[in-house]
Amino acid sequence: MRKHLNRWSILTLVFALLLTVPLWVLVSFMFEPTNDNWTHLADTLLPEYIINSLWLMLGVTIGTLLLGVPTAWVISQYRFVGKSVLHWALLLPMAMPAYIIAYTYTGLLEFEGPVQTALRTVFDTQTVNLWFPEVRSLGGAIVMFSLVLYPYVYLLARTSFANQSQSVMQASRTLGAGPYKTFFKVALPIARPAIIAGLTLALMETLADFGTVQYFGVPTFTTGIYRTWSGFGDTTTAAQLSILLLLFVVALMMIEVWSRKQAKYFTGNAQPLNQVLPKLKGKHALAAFSLCLLPIVFGFILPALQLLDWSINVASTALNAEFITLVWNTFSLAFITALVTVSIALLFLYIKRLHNNPIIDQSVRIAGLGYAIPGTVIAVAVIIPFAWFDNTLDSWAREHLDISTGLLLSGTLFALVFAYCFRFLSVALQSIQSGLSQIKPSMDESAKTLGANHWTILKRIHIPLLSSSLVTAFLLVFVEVLKELPTTLILRPFNFNTLAVRAYEMAADERLADAGLPALLIVVTGLIPVIILSKMIGKRHA
Amino acid sequence: MKTLFKNSCLLLLSCTFTLPVYAALDEVNVYSARKEQLIKPLLTDFTKQTGIEVNLVTSKADALLKRLESEGRNTPADILITTDAGRLHRAKEANVLQPVLNDTMKKLVPEHLRDADGYWIGLTTRARMIVYAKDRVNPSELSTYEDLANPKWKKRICIRSSNNIYNQSLVASMIAHKGEKATEAWVNGLVKNMARKPKGGDRDQIKAVAAGQCDIAVVNTYYLGQMLNSNDPKQVKAAQEVAVFWPNQSDRGTHINVSGIAVTKAAKNKDNAIQLIEFLLSKDAQNWYAEANNEYPVIADADWSETLKSWGTFHSDGLNLTQLGELNSKAIRIMDRAGWR
Repeated sequence: MRKHLNRWSILTLVFALLLTVPLWVLVSFMFEPTNDNWTHLADTLLPEYIINSLWLMLGVTIGTLLLGVPTAWVISQYRFVGKSVLHWALLLPMAMPAYIIAYTYTGLLEFEGPVQTALRTVFDTQTVNLWFPEVRSLGGAIVMFSLVLYPYVYLLARTSFANQSQSVMQASRTLGAGPYKTFFKVALPIARPAIIAGLTLALMETLADFGTVQYFGVPTFTTGIYRTWSGFGDTTTAAQLSILLLLFVVALMMIEVWSRKQAKYFTGNAQPLNQVLPKLKGKHALAAFSLCLLPIVFGFILPALQLLDWSINVASTALNAEFITLVWNTFSLAFITALVTVSIALLFLYIKRLHNNPIIDQSVRIAGLGYAIPGTVIAVAVIIPFAWFDNTLDSWAREHLDISTGLLLSGTLFALVFAYCFRFLSVALQSIQSGLSQIKPSMDESAKTLGANHWTILKRIHIPLLSSSLVTAFLLVFVEVLKELPTTLILRPFNFNTLAVRAYEMAADERLADAGLPALLIVVTGLIPVIILSKMIGKRHA
Repeated sequence: MKTLFKNSCLLLLSCTFTLPVYAALDEVNVYSARKEQLIKPLLTDFTKQTGIEVNLVTSKADALLKRLESEGRNTPADILITTDAGRLHRAKEANVLQPVLNDTMKKLVPEHLRDADGYWIGLTTRARMIVYAKDRVNPSELSTYEDLANPKWKKRICIRSSNNIYNQSLVASMIAHKGEKATEAWVNGLVKNMARKPKGGDRDQIKAVAAGQCDIAVVNTYYLGQMLNSNDPKQVKAAQEVAVFWPNQSDRGTHINVSGIAVTKAAKNKDNAIQLIEFLLSKDAQNWYAEANNEYPVIADADWSETLKSWGTFHSDGLNLTQLGELNSKAIRIMDRAGWR
């Protein structure tokens, strides 16, 4: 180990430790004695939490893969009518917070909703006992998560498929493999790290969700954590439960690392430019078109229409100047956070790439643990150390300088952006890493031989080659922050509102109609970067 | 990329140093678990009347309490507002409040709606009532909360999740009156009578009764009030299909909770905070609560909204609300054991 202790590794480790202070706050609770709330949980709810969380993960895995991979393949390999719109429209569901889509589908499909009411009118319910699937159930939650989380898989898989050298595909076709065989034997294995990276993100987000499972009455880890904290007022047990949840995540990450180690593929020529993709016609084009349209309709258009329907009733009174402030707050917060997070992730991964060093590897891995911790837990784990720092500094200043520094960091936007960085760093790390892993290490070496230093390599080789991954990372973090609720709700400064907070406050008051407008605006605000950035990626790979 | 990073750092730093400058102005800082739309209009009026600026952050009660505890003597907050007595009690126990009860407040607010030592004061009350389907239930079938465990209600009751604080408080009040053992038996019976697994909020329970999934539901008063006054005709229609029943009228009375207010121990604007509390207890403010959200005013001479008037007066449980906070954990454990999810 000693030989790995150099300037870089120590610096990286310290930086990673500072960035993950909330995690260490949580871990510190592990050393507190467990109280009888644990025994109570183990006797009553814990098995259910674990089983539900596992089912949820399994279901979301299947759902996001089915929706994300085939669409990514079709979009990246063929030309067909409508593709120019579909290729970015497939990202739209990403702008839809899971708890919002849950509300809209409940509104549409519940017993009292328009769909079932219409069915009851058509069929005489006195004679026919209609069975209708219950939306607010475990199955319903799986469908909701799959519909809004598949874009992670789609986005990373598409980037990977598009970056794969066409010559590999052509070689496969020349050797007599059909399109299906090429897909399963060549393209899929090469894209596997990217697909699993996307899937890991989707699953981590699923594990961290509170709003949806709470509304659907599906007890999972997050509802349990919240219930323990809020109901028993027991921060310790809640923190210990969060650590248990983290074990799930560590397992996920190990699977991901393992899958990446299993296959270290680098494609020879990562510049698939000037490549004319085959054009689909007739029923093939129709099939590709429908395949891509389906997730958009159910993940975006239908719920957005429901939101629009709710918004129209209130728009005349609710849409005022205050909403412009809300949109601006939300947008700028997301922009700053995305910029900071992507920069930090790039820094980490670059150091990691240059220095083959286990300490650095582990530091980076630790830095990415935040994503699966529920926002509420992170927020509390940020409040505690920040307040401690402020108060300690204040006491010291009062004693030695006779002034009060008050709260420097607590209750500021800095605390909020810090919490986001911790939570979403993993998102940036995953997507940049999946891009980075496709750049041959030999390129770095050739460049070095030619006298280029690290910065030149980064600037002239990595950033141009990585740009689509960087854009993807930026976009993902940006949209995450737009939708983020609990962290914002808990850490925000005085008089600072975002669209998600507004939507939540209306929804929590069970005023879904009033929640529709801010929710719709989240989606619209999210659309702007989705479209711009997709155009950028599109140009690169058109 | 380097300059981008530097710029964003600068931007962040400037945010850090420009935001928390609150101290010098004539102002009061509020941590509120009441949602913004249910408090902001009153705060705006307060500023108009007194010139005192109000800085507001709304969040979940537990989070605000955590913030207060961690920030300690440096907390910027002068005031804590919650929507249940249990959390106020928890704040008092956590030693982050100070008593501010004065003679005016004493005169205005009935004793059981404020802390015995003056640490917090109720601003409005809400009752947890029973609503029933007009066409399927004869109100003479209904009597008490206890009766909800009666097998005659099998598969007929809708009630939301036990995660909800109002259900926790209801069970806690049952423990206070009947003891743990009787409450456990009652919760077991109630769970057996549920028409479906608990899901959705209180409005969803009302809608389920209207749609025929269940015959009765236990909900907070203001949700029905909001539905009756909604601009969505479907909600109004669903709300009109149900009628109100006040349980336990012949004994202890219907279970109530408060939304309340307290002044923090470290308040730097204590006088302004007290002024704000007195403002929120004024007749105009109390009328607003009733009119805008169909909550029951705590002061005697406030005007009720038409909706509240239409439900009539009722006898409410005089239990000291502090007990709800004390018994909350016990209530949750009982619900967990009974399988109330």
